[in-house]
Amino acid sequence: MAEERKVYSRTKGILPDTVSGFCPGCMHSTVHKIVGEAAEELGQLDNLVRVEGVGCCGLGQFYVSCDETIAAHGRAGAVATGIKRSSPNSLVYTYQGDGDLAAIGLAETLSAANRGENFTVIFINNGIYGMTGGQLAPTTLVGMKSTTTPLGRKAEEHGYPLHICEIINQLTAPYYIERVSCDTPQHVIAARKAIKKAFQYQLEGRGYSIIEVVTSCPTNWGLDTLSSLNFLREKMFAEYPLGVFRDRGKETADDSSAKV
Amino acid sequence: MARVEIYTEACKSCSYCVISCPKKTLEISEKVNSKGYLYAEQVRPEDCIGCMMCAQICPDAAIEVWR
Amino acid sequence: MAERVFMKGTEAMAEAAVRAGCRFFAGYPITPQNEIPEYMARRLPEVGGSFVQGESEIASVNMLYGAASTGIRAMSSSSSCGISLYSEGVSYCASARIPMVYINVQRGGPGIGAIQPSQQDYNQATKASGNGGFRMIVLAPDSVQECVDMVYEAFDYAERDQNPVLILTDGVMGTMMEPVVLPPMKSDEELSKCREKFLPRAIIGHPLGQQATCRPGSVGGGQEEKNIAASKLYKSWEKDIKVEEFMMDDAEIVFAAYGISARISKVVIRELREQGIKAGMIRPITISPFPYKSFENLDFARVKGIVNVEMSIPAQMKWDVEYAVKGRCPIKEVLRSGGQLLTNNQVMDGALEFIKEVL
Repeated sequence: MAEERKVYSRTKGILPDTVSGFCPGCMHSTVHKIVGEAAEELGQLDNLVRVEGVGCCGLGQFYVSCDETIAAHGRAGAVATGIKRSSPNSLVYTYQGDGDLAAIGLAETLSAANRGENFTVIFINNGIYGMTGGQLAPTTLVGMKSTTTPLGRKAEEHGYPLHICEIINQLTAPYYIERVSCDTPQHVIAARKAIKKAFQYQLEGRGYSIIEVVTSCPTNWGLDTLSSLNFLREKMFAEYPLGVFRDRGKETADDSSAKV
Repeated sequence: MARVEIYTEACKSCSYCVISCPKKTLEISEKVNSKGYLYAEQVRPEDCIGCMMCAQICPDAAIEVWR
Repeated sequence: MAERVFMKGTEAMAEAAVRAGCRFFAGYPITPQNEIPEYMARRLPEVGGSFVQGESEIASVNMLYGAASTGIRAMSSSSSCGISLYSEGVSYCASARIPMVYINVQRGGPGIGAIQPSQQDYNQATKASGNGGFRMIVLAPDSVQECVDMVYEAFDYAERDQNPVLILTDGVMGTMMEPVVLPPMKSDEELSKCREKFLPRAIIGHPLGQQATCRPGSVGGGQEEKNIAASKLYKSWEKDIKVEEFMMDDAEIVFAAYGISARISKVVIRELREQGIKAGMIRPITISPFPYKSFENLDFARVKGIVNVEMSIPAQMKWDVEYAVKGRCPIKEVLRSGGQLLTNNQVMDGALEFIKEVL
């Protein structure tokens, strides 16, 4: 019988013997884990720089093992621009929620994407403001209750959910845009693969990538962890379909294979 | 034989591992960690195939796998 | 290798920054400071630096925050209403103790105000450039040469203190041309030495276990300790106070003015001396820390009054002068604002009117 071997280890990308500050079932924790794993697989943990947004993202500062700074609310795209331009060999990613990236930071988000800045954006979309207590986000679903839309989001009053990947896909510069989730082991594996690919592209100097992770917020959705998975699949995926919006690397690879 | 090791202090009782295990080897136990969460336990280790589904889905990186 | 050239204030400041080792600049167009970003856009690529035109002042100052957090010398500039939008990023830099330099080429205010020169951002610059009660060294030049020298040394202050430094100048200084001596270009060796102190904190990717963090706050606790440490730093600036005491040996009428107002006042003081009036001036060069002692220690048996000259209505620096004078002599205001320039005649008329009352 072959010797027993460890096939899955806790990534060194998160601090040892540390419990994340996120709620039970919150996929912020999952994404922190797979970002660490992706960077570890690329041998980049010593070169990784994290720019985190404000909100629940901020709990990550006590959890990750890499260099990190906290941007003012919404400004991670601008801060990462400054960092990457000044330290071009560092592997830089921003970690932002929907309030941070899609509301207060929309200008910084779109402008960095439009410049094709060579960093990676990890965007957590759970359709609500988490840290401040469940207020309306630009990504809140129509009809979904929040603490500032107690009767549910009304399209005629609050508008419609904002689709960030679709908007960024209108720009010419971005290199790789994918929407993933973490609700099943298979989706977690796919999400890690997407993040790893985005990191790889950055290391190759290809430019801007955004990985949107559609996640749950059991606490502010007012659901238990397993019910929140059902809501995620039934409602959130319907509004925010998973998939690759753009992968210039793949396009190039396909082109070259076609020529051969 | 495959086995999992659960860092019970990090477990927050979300049950994602329980529903993800194809062999139904995991359950939420009656035991409580220092944070007050009932943590997951492998109750049928003999059935574990080391597929790592539990470790992949675990938000809190609380599961390590050997095989 | 000092070099004497004829240059516009804004461009001279930009060149001084490059020579001081500035390798990152982010800014947003706003009059009357546009030549600084324009110059940087041409000049920085020549020295391997990076220029970004931000999508707003908010983005620009946060790019500055990011660039400076890697430990390189980084700068930005804006003007008055644009500087208001800098509050967020400057406060974050002060909280995270990130060294950086920025320039305010003041224009009329409040609001969008006027594009012409003014000195209406004194209180904002010296008292509250953002939330949280942090402080900065604020340098106020009165010539293009001083603009250059101050920008050059501002980076040293910023790195020594790991704190933002502000150059508070105005549209006159920014747009006029004067002969200046440019400082030497700092070598890469000198610059890497400058960087040493910040490097352990630089957000560039450290080996595991040596995590560098730049945190503009303390969610987990410990903010008060950070504030106490910062407060100690602010107190240590007593040694950095710079003030010009002009013809003060026997002065009975003391002008209080900084920047462009001081320059105009100097002409008036010389004329008053010709008329036999013993006038002099205290010109704060660092307006933060403010040279309170220069005013506190005046011989009030001799000094009959103070003429506070500012391009701001209401007066702002006068608060600091009053705080030091403590009612021991009358203070006359000579003011313009909203982009209206002071003239020699106006300052002279105001001074003479006052002199009639107090002498």
